[in-house]
Amino acid sequence: MTQPDPRLCDLPPLPANHGDEPVFAAPWQAQLFAMTTALNEAGHFAWSEWAEQFGAELARTPQATGQCVSDHYFGCWLVAFESFVEQRGLAAAGQLSELQRRWDAAARATPHGEPIVLPAD
Amino acid sequence: MSDDHSHLDPIAVRVRALESLLVDKGYVKADALDALVDTYENRVGPRNGAQVVARAWVDPEYREWLQRDANAAIASLGFVGRQGEHMVVLENTADTHHLVVCTLCSCYPWPVLGLPPGWYKSAAYRSRAVIDPKGVLTDFGVSLPEGADIRVWDSTAEVRYMVLPMRPAGTEDMSEDALVELVTRDSMIGTGLALEPTGSAL
Repeated sequence: MTQPDPRLCDLPPLPANHGDEPVFAAPWQAQLFAMTTALNEAGHFAWSEWAEQFGAELARTPQATGQCVSDHYFGCWLVAFESFVEQRGLAAAGQLSELQRRWDAAARATPHGEPIVLPAD
Repeated sequence: MSDDHSHLDPIAVRVRALESLLVDKGYVKADALDALVDTYENRVGPRNGAQVVARAWVDPEYREWLQRDANAAIASLGFVGRQGEHMVVLENTADTHHLVVCTLCSCYPWPVLGLPPGWYKSAAYRSRAVIDPKGVLTDFGVSLPEGADIRVWDSTAEVRYMVLPMRPAGTEDMSEDALVELVTRDSMIGTGLALEPTGSAL
């Protein structure tokens, strides 16, 4: 008998669903994916540069208890992408947080059921 | 809830902020984003890879081309696109079973398999496929012949692997179109085998 590999003890089980599932669990995940791919296609960065940054974020942030794979995965994608666009100079410092504030205000000013649009600043 | 105005959850706010920034500055076009989502949700998927596999099963010359220059052989069937820039096809045999993972994030051959399933992106798969590939295959219900060698391949942003599964026995008389139906997504990642033919498929 060989000893069990001690590294195996800490391994989490695979997600239960091995079958088909939607590619994206929510529309925001699809939008995020599309933005990243479109910027890459337009030549703003090499995919390997993005993969490195994203991979580092995944490695740094463990999946929370009860969080599904897709939410964890694209949550890390979002964090990595926000800092990536700032590092690459595609967004000025503070620009994203200002836009977030305006989107939140726009939502609160929009009657329920109507499309939320960002007013000109 | 008693108030009658809209809410965006914090994540939606962040994604909308990114999108409005990138669109306003002209880095991306809104309709191009919609087209990308449509492509990857509806148009590109493992059926592309299944057609590659079925062709390789019936055409020895194509199979040899696929081993030698996977990109050209795959492109000849019309499957080109981003994230398939350097493809390598790994042929399973009775002695050797290949298993593909991306330990860094989830590099995956989009043009032939579409976007990766959730489990491929999970930390569990990314770590376990390397440390305990046999256990992973067991979890997926795959049992290999005694003594078969399992080789694990780590995809990167530069090299994308696709497994050419073994053609099931008893399919000698099946058409290429019928063979396509036996090729599952998992069989091209290495976490599954091609399906056995059923009576109705023959």
